Amino acid sequence: MAHSEQEILAGLAEIVAEETGLPTDSVLPEKSFTDDLDIDSLSMMTIVTLAEEKFGVTIPDDEVKNLTTVGDAVSFISAAQS
Amino acid sequence: MSTVPEVVVTGLGATTPLGGDVPSTWAAALAGRSGARTLENDWADTYGIPVRFAATVRVTPDAVLPRPELKRMDPSAQYAVIATREAWADAGRPEVDPERLGAVVSSGIGGIWTTLDAWDTLREKGARRVLPMTVPMLMPNSPTAFVSLELGARAGAHALVSACASGAEAIGYAADMIRSGRADVVVAGGTEAVIHPMPIAAFAASRTLSLRNDDPAGASRPYDTARDGFVIGEGAGVVVLESAEHAAARGARVYARLAGVGLSADGYHITSPEPSGDGQIRAMRAALEQSGVAARDVVHVNAHATSTVVGDLIEARSIRGVLGDDADHVALSATKSMTGHLLGGAGALETIFTALALHERQAPPTINVTDPDPELVLDLVRDTPRALGEGPLAAINNSFGFGGHNVALVLTTA
Repeated sequence: MAHSEQEILAGLAEIVAEETGLPTDSVLPEKSFTDDLDIDSLSMMTIVTLAEEKFGVTIPDDEVKNLTTVGDAVSFISAAQS
Repeated sequence: MSTVPEVVVTGLGATTPLGGDVPSTWAAALAGRSGARTLENDWADTYGIPVRFAATVRVTPDAVLPRPELKRMDPSAQYAVIATREAWADAGRPEVDPERLGAVVSSGIGGIWTTLDAWDTLREKGARRVLPMTVPMLMPNSPTAFVSLELGARAGAHALVSACASGAEAIGYAADMIRSGRADVVVAGGTEAVIHPMPIAAFAASRTLSLRNDDPAGASRPYDTARDGFVIGEGAGVVVLESAEHAAARGARVYARLAGVGLSADGYHITSPEPSGDGQIRAMRAALEQSGVAARDVVHVNAHATSTVVGDLIEARSIRGVLGDDADHVALSATKSMTGHLLGGAGALETIFTALALHERQAPPTINVTDPDPELVLDLVRDTPRALGEGPLAAINNSFGFGGHNVALVLTTA
């Protein structure tokens, strides 16, 4: 059963909030992981690892650098589910 | 000719089986309370572990640290950071050039929860699920690294490892950093977080743990004839050390002077202390020599005394060997009777106790000694605190570790 983009955003926000301490409602699609959410590369890889498990997808390392915003990650995970 | 700086203790912090900070821990120690309790899990039954109790931290980190910090640090680093925040505030948050501020926080064993959790994840879910923070959380320098990040300490961050002497050795090294002119202020101590079934099973396998499952609070009984091993504990102790000049310039409260550090190795056996106590004696003599304190001025010893059959008496004889007849007026305290054995955290917590004993001029008690070992050749403080008298006072804090590591610290009143 694939997750909707809304569910993916909510799930991703929970992961980011746990990792950073930011409130979940600050994790919006247009936010940049590095510039807005101040997430370093080690934290980003943690988020990727947890997101892979949560959504049952694989996010290749080569792909992570293209995930600039939260919305990019939601779109990638959504597409990768099928 | 420049003189060697004197080192003073200006801040104390801890999280222990007796309390979540120093005031509550010290109050519980003076009251003679035990921090040991029956474990509320099924480890003993699931794995066949013969020990069902431990001295777990009184206040768990999830009650004081936000989620992201809990996730980024092994419990051993969490305890160290909690203790550091208290110690730094207690010292009045000294203003110091970051390049003159050091961190030396040791662990005897390292981030074993992280190590074993990652191994479980790897076996159950594969390499792709192993978290990227695993290495920085499991490395034994992780607590000192997080402490240096916390305070922006840039003179150096070190983690000396010597099993159950680690916390004391860290404090000794920190004193050397100040004496040698590398730093003006150093945050130093020890931490341990190994109340996990594997280390408990492993310590039990080495036949060093008490098996008094029906009476956890009575299990740690140093110098009692019925002692049968130590009680595994966890937690951290951290002190702020400072050059006396730096402390005086900012009008800091001084708990005690850290007057001497003595180190030696037995070079004898991987776990058993050398029976004559030669290594322990050399460590205490070296510490006294550096301090300039005479044997007659030593009024208190916080013993390593873990409640093992062999170790307790070797240490008592070593103290007698160093102090001779002057040992007659030493108030001996074995605070592990209350705290359990914090392993890498022990020497640091007991340095805090020793500093407070001098500052408040009262030695903490030793509990559970209902039938003192007739071979104990020293005056043990039992059940209630004992006043230490007026005038300048000196005390020794001993810590010994598996591997034959001996550390003695001499503290004096400020």
